[in-house]
Amino acid sequence: MTNPVVQRIQQDITDNDVVLYMKGTPVFPQCVFSAAVVQVLSELGVKFKSFDVLTDPSLRQGIKEFSNWPTIPQLYVKGEFIGGCDIVREMYATGELREMLSTRGIETVAA
Amino acid sequence: MAMDAGEIERLIKQAIPDARVNIEDLRGDGDHYAATVISAAFIGKTRVQQHQMVYQALRGRMGDQLHALALQTAAPPG
Repeated sequence: MTNPVVQRIQQDITDNDVVLYMKGTPVFPQCVFSAAVVQVLSELGVKFKSFDVLTDPSLRQGIKEFSNWPTIPQLYVKGEFIGGCDIVREMYATGELREMLSTRGIETVAA
Repeated sequence: MAMDAGEIERLIKQAIPDARVNIEDLRGDGDHYAATVISAAFIGKTRVQQHQMVYQALRGRMGDQLHALALQTAAPPG
């Protein structure tokens, strides 16, 4: 595949341990689902890189095709797609998210 | 554009025949739903794969006609 958007996504999720594709920015999320994932990551104290799909229509479409996932936000850890808002919230509630992050060597703040 | 809860259930069951589906219309606006789907087809699948199966069943409506579907999936308790 030589699709430049796909190549860019692959590069970004390789270069950054935790990546969130979202609507808006962490400070000004433009969607409640994106805001919810930002909140979870903030509560865990995880540093993440975010990309605003609203400012980039090709990324907005490209990320959905990349992961075969129809919605945004999308969270990636160490290059792997973890899920959207429902999965992230569920994993946070059960403690799985914190565990998964620490297994992969990503720092979180104490509960 | 809104979508009827019965239609969501029908599409899911068409693709995943043994699914137990429970749908709640969160705001009564036909646009914000919460669905729980339980099926043996989910055994051994990751959450992402389980949700992808449900999205697949909805044939492109998710994120389009259907703005918000909070999804919870599980395999039946063994």
